[in-house]
Amino acid sequence: MKPGGRAASAPLMGRESEPAIFEFSVPGRRSASFRATGLPDWQAGELVPAEDLREQPPVLVEVSERDLVAHLTRLSHRQYSVDLGAYPLGSCTMKYNPKVCDEAAALPGLTGVHPATPAPFAQGWLGLLWALGDALCKVTGMSAVTLQPPAGAAGELTGLLLMRAWHRSHGRSPGKVLIPDSAHGTNPASVSLAGYTTVSIPSDERGLVKPSNLSRHLDDDVAGIMLTNPNTLGLFEEDIAELASMVHEAGGLLYYDGANLNAILGVTRPGDMGFDIVHLNLHKTFAVPHGGGGPGAGPVAVGPELADLLPGPLPTQNADGTFGWANPARSIGRAHGWHGNALALARAWAYILANGSDGLRRVAEAAVLNANWLLAQLRGTYAIPYDRPAMHEVVVSTKGAPGTSDEMHALDVGKRLLEKGFHAPTVYFPLIVPEALMIEPTETESPETVAALAEAFLAIAHEGPEPALHAPRSTPVGRVDEARAARSLVATWDASTESEN
Amino acid sequence: MAGYVPHTDEDFARMLSELGLGGADELFRSVPAALRLAGGLDLPLGLGEPDVSSQMSRLAGANRAPAELVCFAGGGAYDHDIPAVVRALGGRSEFVTSYTPYQPEVAQGVLQVLFEYQTLVSRLAGLPVANASVYDGATATVEAVNLAVACTGRPAVWLSAGLNPRWREVLATLSAGRGIELVDVPLSGGTTDWEAARGAPPAALVGASPNYLGCIDPPRRATPVAQAAGALVVNAFDPVSAGLLRTPGEQGADVAVAEGQPLGTPLAFGGPYLGMFAVAGAHVRRLPGRLVGRTVDSEGRTAYVTTLRAREQDIRRERASSNICTNQTLVAVAAMVQMAWLGTAGLRELALRCARGTRYLREAVLSVPGVEPLVDAPVVREFAVELPISPELAVERMAEEGFLAGLPVSVGGREGLLIAVTEKRVRAELDAYASALEKVVA
Repeated sequence: MKPGGRAASAPLMGRESEPAIFEFSVPGRRSASFRATGLPDWQAGELVPAEDLREQPPVLVEVSERDLVAHLTRLSHRQYSVDLGAYPLGSCTMKYNPKVCDEAAALPGLTGVHPATPAPFAQGWLGLLWALGDALCKVTGMSAVTLQPPAGAAGELTGLLLMRAWHRSHGRSPGKVLIPDSAHGTNPASVSLAGYTTVSIPSDERGLVKPSNLSRHLDDDVAGIMLTNPNTLGLFEEDIAELASMVHEAGGLLYYDGANLNAILGVTRPGDMGFDIVHLNLHKTFAVPHGGGGPGAGPVAVGPELADLLPGPLPTQNADGTFGWANPARSIGRAHGWHGNALALARAWAYILANGSDGLRRVAEAAVLNANWLLAQLRGTYAIPYDRPAMHEVVVSTKGAPGTSDEMHALDVGKRLLEKGFHAPTVYFPLIVPEALMIEPTETESPETVAALAEAFLAIAHEGPEPALHAPRSTPVGRVDEARAARSLVATWDASTESEN
Repeated sequence: MAGYVPHTDEDFARMLSELGLGGADELFRSVPAALRLAGGLDLPLGLGEPDVSSQMSRLAGANRAPAELVCFAGGGAYDHDIPAVVRALGGRSEFVTSYTPYQPEVAQGVLQVLFEYQTLVSRLAGLPVANASVYDGATATVEAVNLAVACTGRPAVWLSAGLNPRWREVLATLSAGRGIELVDVPLSGGTTDWEAARGAPPAALVGASPNYLGCIDPPRRATPVAQAAGALVVNAFDPVSAGLLRTPGEQGADVAVAEGQPLGTPLAFGGPYLGMFAVAGAHVRRLPGRLVGRTVDSEGRTAYVTTLRAREQDIRRERASSNICTNQTLVAVAAMVQMAWLGTAGLRELALRCARGTRYLREAVLSVPGVEPLVDAPVVREFAVELPISPELAVERMAEEGFLAGLPVSVGGREGLLIAVTEKRVRAELDAYASALEKVVA
């Protein structure tokens, strides 16, 4: 058998603690240098009124460039990443990020452009944004899109405010938004920020929203429903067409959380399912690297009835083929200080160019194939609380698992997996599954890697809880004392507290 | 087609057959047939890598080359030099291709960089705790208002007219659902006339220093008014000018926010940028976004972990203090490297160099016949002038001369041009700018 992508990465990772950068500081040492400008060397007292001038600059750190590079390089060795090995973190779509997209986003012709550059001098950027928006509309089956929201949660809030504006334009002000109990935490948090109240809809025995469950909650006060489809159990909401017509009939709108769009690229579209508002996570589906926790991008696409409410300005194509900006007639206003996370948008556009319609469909097929194949290997060892045809991710559990001890917890499986050279899956989510392990292999892991991952999961289950309880031992640090971090908060470095540690 | 799916056709066939499926379409059997997309996506077929690169280069080339449009625009986005070390370290794939550090045992790299970033931001702000970043200056302001509203239970905030107008618009958009009342407080001579504000006591007084017109508008002038009203002081500062100006914290700010772009992030048509966010100790538990804390591991070794997690959306859901999940970590990594590279003396020198260029160009521009100051208060990195022609026309004509001249601004019904000078601008460029301006306004 060929080797899989078992990263066997832990031994590669730095085991030695790295001192804080501040500990390398030596008075008078410096890295910075500046260009020769030929300007007069006016001093601070000549430039700033005395009452506003600080006499000494803030104390940062004084290190050589060489020490700075060594510090960050050693820290990078204490960091797991997609480039190192499989990262089956469910819901996050930690796929491989093509290097050509990195290179495109570093082109000086893109990075050097000020966002206030008048349209005639920013035709490349405007053309890129226009083309990306057009492609995202085609992928989602929607009519118009704003690229401004800088992340998925920002997209959610923007989308909910569009929902609110649409109701108001119809003289209504309903107060509730329905959300399945399997939803991401950002959904209810965004609902509150939009001024709505969350009503949680219980999932049925299939792990899906059942029309009869929904109908109980539909009334005049419902602004709409937020759904992730496939949902966070990795299951397609099979009754979506019926759910959509019920919500529409009650006067509400359907919001599509695009967290799991990767599963359906080229297969089906939110617009075809009846959704009115869609946010996309370009850092998931369109391979914008996750950057240790951002930046991402969360564009929002809408159907024709909401198009003139979108945040503006929007890139437009003029009759002569050039590009400009236009504000939608009834825009809710800006959702971003400029035009969104533009370099993330550029990466997504490069990714779409590389994949095309054929490649994007292949993405969905391989993502779903890998997840189902992995699930088949785990069946009989782990519990599968909702055992239906899976989409791009699967949720299994250690509770009641046929192949392991009841003492085994999801957390322990995850920690043991770190020792085996893989990142852990998402644990304890969705909340409706006790001891949940949410696994998303993504399409970019080879069959050999998925096999190695499956093997690791099985070995951990078969070993039982004992080795897992003390895991991970081969990682840069062992289990971290989270309670202590919260109890005695140390959120900044301070020379006077160093001896305590 | 290029492709990042490793599976061969044989892999597909074998795995499908092991699953008892007859073809790839059957993978989607839970998607009702009526919803299946017939004919696939209406997009071109995928391209090979060289063709992708060509198309992206063509787009980049369709923008006026930055060297042919020398940047004097600011308004929240500044054309600073970025040292090679920032790109080299910020581009390391361990930082680029990881995610939010949910598994701290294998994420000490990102966690420690964020801890160091928080420390540096806290020192710039003069406040004890900074978070691990929010999206940008605009969202940092929105989050600060949310914090103040939650803290005081009051629905109104007073906003200085010196706040970035696009940030104000984002605040208006994103707070529309909760009926937060935005009360605008006018400028007088370029700084906020807090005494002129009227109405019920607000949750916060929100100002900026330097403000949108470039003027030093110190938060200490808001502090007594805020204290009398029982309101918080929120101050937007500039992390570069922080090398010269007194901190928001020492002037009584409860929350300090900043657009972090000037420290290591390219202009990039407006993003990704970086929202810096720092608070007084009393507000730590209302912080939005991630916070990294130091602790120990099972062996007693120093370790870092995201902490006070109970504030966050994935735990508190509809009662969370913010909906932020993915933020701007990689941009914070770049800012940390840039701050460490600058160091204590370098930040001071950077701020000084910006202030010198600003003074030099301001004097040169004001010597152009017909050009007047728009406001009089002292400036450090940016200034506004009134021109004999409309600022839009000036920007258009100056572009033909090879300059991105600035941003049109208006204050109290008067229009002007906002001009920024960074350490990147040399004397010859400043002289050429002033000559060109003299020509275009004549």
